[in-house]
Amino acid sequence: MHKETTIEQAIATIPNGATIMVGGFGSPGTPFSLIEELLRQRQTGLTLIKNDANEQGLGISRLVEAGQVRKLVTTHIGLNKKIVEMMNGGSLEVSFFPQGILAEKIRTAGAGSFGFLTDIGLHSEITDPTDVMEYQGRKVKIEAALYADFALIHAHQGDHFGNLVYRATAMNFSPLMAMAADKVIAETPNLVTPGTIPPATVHTPSAFLTSIVRIDADGPEYQLMEGRYEP
Amino acid sequence: MSLDRILKRAAHEIQDGQTINLGIGLPTMLVNYLPPERDVMIHAENGVLGAGAKATHETASPSLIDAGGTYITTRQGSAFFDSAVSFAMIRRSRLDMSVMGAFEVDQEGNLANWKIPGKFSPGIGGAMELAQKTRNILILCTHQDKHGNSKILKKCTLPLTAEKCVSRIITDMAVMDVTAEGLVLIEIADGLTIEQVVQATDAPLVLGDEIGRF
Repeated sequence: MHKETTIEQAIATIPNGATIMVGGFGSPGTPFSLIEELLRQRQTGLTLIKNDANEQGLGISRLVEAGQVRKLVTTHIGLNKKIVEMMNGGSLEVSFFPQGILAEKIRTAGAGSFGFLTDIGLHSEITDPTDVMEYQGRKVKIEAALYADFALIHAHQGDHFGNLVYRATAMNFSPLMAMAADKVIAETPNLVTPGTIPPATVHTPSAFLTSIVRIDADGPEYQLMEGRYEP
Repeated sequence: MSLDRILKRAAHEIQDGQTINLGIGLPTMLVNYLPPERDVMIHAENGVLGAGAKATHETASPSLIDAGGTYITTRQGSAFFDSAVSFAMIRRSRLDMSVMGAFEVDQEGNLANWKIPGKFSPGIGGAMELAQKTRNILILCTHQDKHGNSKILKKCTLPLTAEKCVSRIITDMAVMDVTAEGLVLIEIADGLTIEQVVQATDAPLVLGDEIGRF
């Protein structure tokens, strides 16, 4: 039940070609330390699943820029010109989903199901008309569940068993990804003894976790970014 | 100046007790135009209900942003949740209004605001679900693009975000409602004539009984 491990050991379990879900919406919730270790260990041919591509020089953008990523599954990369450029130039395959559909595909996998029916985007170019079917009198299409080999998660607080607590909008996709991936690695700057976190405030229960890593989170990527608040 | 006019007018659309989503860009700036006593719950799709004003260096937290990446505060009675819950709220039509930008809107209320093929395709984000599932879509945009072409069209030419979803459009020149009879002109900006607005608009405009000014 004790899941604390070193960051080197945790990331070394990831092979080349792995499919990895990465928590975070922009910077909040991005597991910068785990990503940094992946950059150092240089696994390649990765498929990453994340809401966005972070910003140039930050987070998963560094993995893409370093050529370790084959494919990105995401919702919006408008804040990262470099990644847009790589996509347009053909050096990175990008697959887009509407944001809530991506979340629901991940949640569905996390719930052990294989797909759901939706009417989102039926009349838009994201839907192949031959995929539209009728179910109980409604026009719908099937969205497949999205599973992954690994999830990399940042939690505000965690215990040695792997119970996790997220903070504010750093939660976003993390609890869903923690359910959907086969192996789940979390980083936290606040690793506490089991029993410290009141049971009713746990966001991700320990059963979903594979390993938990203590980090410092004193690097600039974990701090406020200039120019994004009132002066 | 023209954006200021749009936002001032748009602030009158927001009522006490509403739950609303403000899209990235111009709509987000609407927060600063609401009277402080306005009792609204602002939804940000990255997982907040009850978003407040932009944070200062003192009040900002690295864990709390809006969907555009700006550090924000929260109001009393706010809540945080994951992305599946956030979009359940949207798809289950729990939002009273979404305020969005537009590249093009047409007389049937079709909306294009996510992609310009060959030029701009950063992904759809939350726009499609917001546009398709919110009861009331308020569009804020300049009336014309920077080349002087009308954004208010007979028929959208760009890939649609959602079909027949728009209720009202506020531009720097006019306020228009989407109705079964077409686009109804209900207000024009101070200093303009009805003729000037009609001239600047690709879509035919039905003149309202009483056209106000803003």
